[in-house]
Amino acid sequence: MSSYSVTEPSRRQKWVAGILVVLYALITILPLVWIIGTSFKTPSDAIAYPPKTFFTPTVEGYVNVFTTRTRLTEEQLRAIGEPQTWYDRLVRKDGLVISGPSRFAERFTNSMIIGFGSTVLCIVLGTAAAYAFSRFKVPLKDDLLFFILSTRMMPPIAVAIPIFLMFRSLGLSDTHAGMILLYTAVNLSLSVWLLKGFIDEIPIEYEEAALIDGYTRFQAFYKVVLPQAATGIASTAVFCLIFAWNEYAFAVLLTSGNAQTAPPFIPTIIGVSGQDWPAVAAGATLFLVPVMVFTILLRKHLLRGITFGAVRK
Amino acid sequence: MLHSPVDRVAEATPRAIAKRFRGLSDRSLAWLFVAPTIVLLLAVNIFPLIWTIRLSFTNFRVNRPNAEVEFVGLKNYISILSDKDIWLTMQATAHFLIWTLVLQVLIGFALAYLINKKFRGNDLWTTIIVLPMMLSPAVVGNFWTFLYQPQIGLFNYAVGFLTGADPSSFSMIGDVTLAPWAIIIVDTWMWTPFVMLICLAGLRSIPDSIYEAAECDRASKWRQFWTITIPLVLPFLMLAVLFRGIENFKMFDLVVQLTGGGPGSITELTSINLKREAFEKWRTGYASAYAVILFVTVFGLASIYVKALNKVKQR
Repeated sequence: MSSYSVTEPSRRQKWVAGILVVLYALITILPLVWIIGTSFKTPSDAIAYPPKTFFTPTVEGYVNVFTTRTRLTEEQLRAIGEPQTWYDRLVRKDGLVISGPSRFAERFTNSMIIGFGSTVLCIVLGTAAAYAFSRFKVPLKDDLLFFILSTRMMPPIAVAIPIFLMFRSLGLSDTHAGMILLYTAVNLSLSVWLLKGFIDEIPIEYEEAALIDGYTRFQAFYKVVLPQAATGIASTAVFCLIFAWNEYAFAVLLTSGNAQTAPPFIPTIIGVSGQDWPAVAAGATLFLVPVMVFTILLRKHLLRGITFGAVRK
Repeated sequence: MLHSPVDRVAEATPRAIAKRFRGLSDRSLAWLFVAPTIVLLLAVNIFPLIWTIRLSFTNFRVNRPNAEVEFVGLKNYISILSDKDIWLTMQATAHFLIWTLVLQVLIGFALAYLINKKFRGNDLWTTIIVLPMMLSPAVVGNFWTFLYQPQIGLFNYAVGFLTGADPSSFSMIGDVTLAPWAIIIVDTWMWTPFVMLICLAGLRSIPDSIYEAAECDRASKWRQFWTITIPLVLPFLMLAVLFRGIENFKMFDLVVQLTGGGPGSITELTSINLKREAFEKWRTGYASAYAVILFVTVFGLASIYVKALNKVKQR
């Protein structure tokens, strides 16, 4: 320990605080651990009483989430012969055969296309607007910035009705393009506000030096500001991606067969006999784990992202 | 900006050279950069909003495109505001809003206060606590229905284990008195870290010197807490409440997946009720009026609140 300080908590205080926080963390993480655990259980282990903490892991849930299966009689099973692959063998012990792929992979791909598509658009539009708001004298600047933020206050359901009508008449309903545009608009407020904060922090002197050296404004933006803002742009992109990835209300109202993303799909996963919880958990695990990894990578910028740059620390 | 060195150089440069060297003028570049964002937001937010307002004065129904659309004036608004069921959903929303805010502020602040004691490894545990907040509410909400199952659910088992009650004797999402708490618990689990992070930033922004000065003045720890810590964290706390308030007023995904508004319509929050009117009963005009009322409410409450927040900040 260094010199005595009145603001340094005592050793006992640290211990008590540490124990309480760790206890809370363990309780709060339990549902997430349970999702991942359930994804490796057999259906009967998943609904056992008392809930099973220790079990023999199986990837049945993962096979089930990617496939559809049908139940066959003994004779039919004998007629098709021995199962050929490891996943065939896995479902065969329950008297089932795989009848085809499920739509999960497709929904997951949709989530990726729409998530990445809208993130790229959001960053391109957001960086440009944020730069202009940060460096130029834009007329009505504060009003425009507030307008951009206020679009976030609207309940999605409130604008869903006309968007539904608008998309229908433009042929955008249930398409990737429509959802990419919509998610871009939803996340644009976040991207402009966050990026403006990041660009504000870059000293203006760099650009002035570049301008004096004969760069055009655009070159100065492109060659001086963008590289400096790279970290900010990257973390903003991850936030846009996560929010688009998690979005549910618009997805469930405006998409169905073609462009549906994973969040409306995962809760509808059912097995051959009732809700197949390990399959739901497997789908959820595949869907949630990437976000957990990104959250850990983002932890330094998390606060800024969730408060639209209002709190920077 | 105007008197920066660049501007002085620019003013001194002959026009033709300036043009060649600077390409687009700052002004046109500014418009070029801002316009796409504004156009997209106008198209996807403001245009639909105006359309909603227009529809709210009609009896239009999406599922009857051929029926004649009549202008009905304020009829939709009057029937919504005099509808008892809608006031019940408003009450359900208020109950949800108030309790989630109270719990999240209390637990969030307490956690931030403890983390600020800087015990070893506090970064790691903070990151773990934050995880639920970033996940998809719909997917997680759906899985909570499994945790809430009477016999096999982990939540019921844990409650039974701690209190000695029979885990199959109660159903969090099937019971009329418990369902409102079921959604409050999950929302609090999910969003307490949000309040915690903001409070932590507030606590860390207080300079040590203030506490040192208070210590010199022999102020008790208790006194220091109420006269230094709380007032200085308050603006941050209020900001957290603003964000959570707006989000929870709009609450849809988590609750739809958890209870679907049930049992009966006990947990039918306004967004869920609105979705029912608009996309199940297809009363488009009526639902539009409903949407306008909700939007005005959020916007109005948020504006009043922001004014209060600015006053606290100025103190």
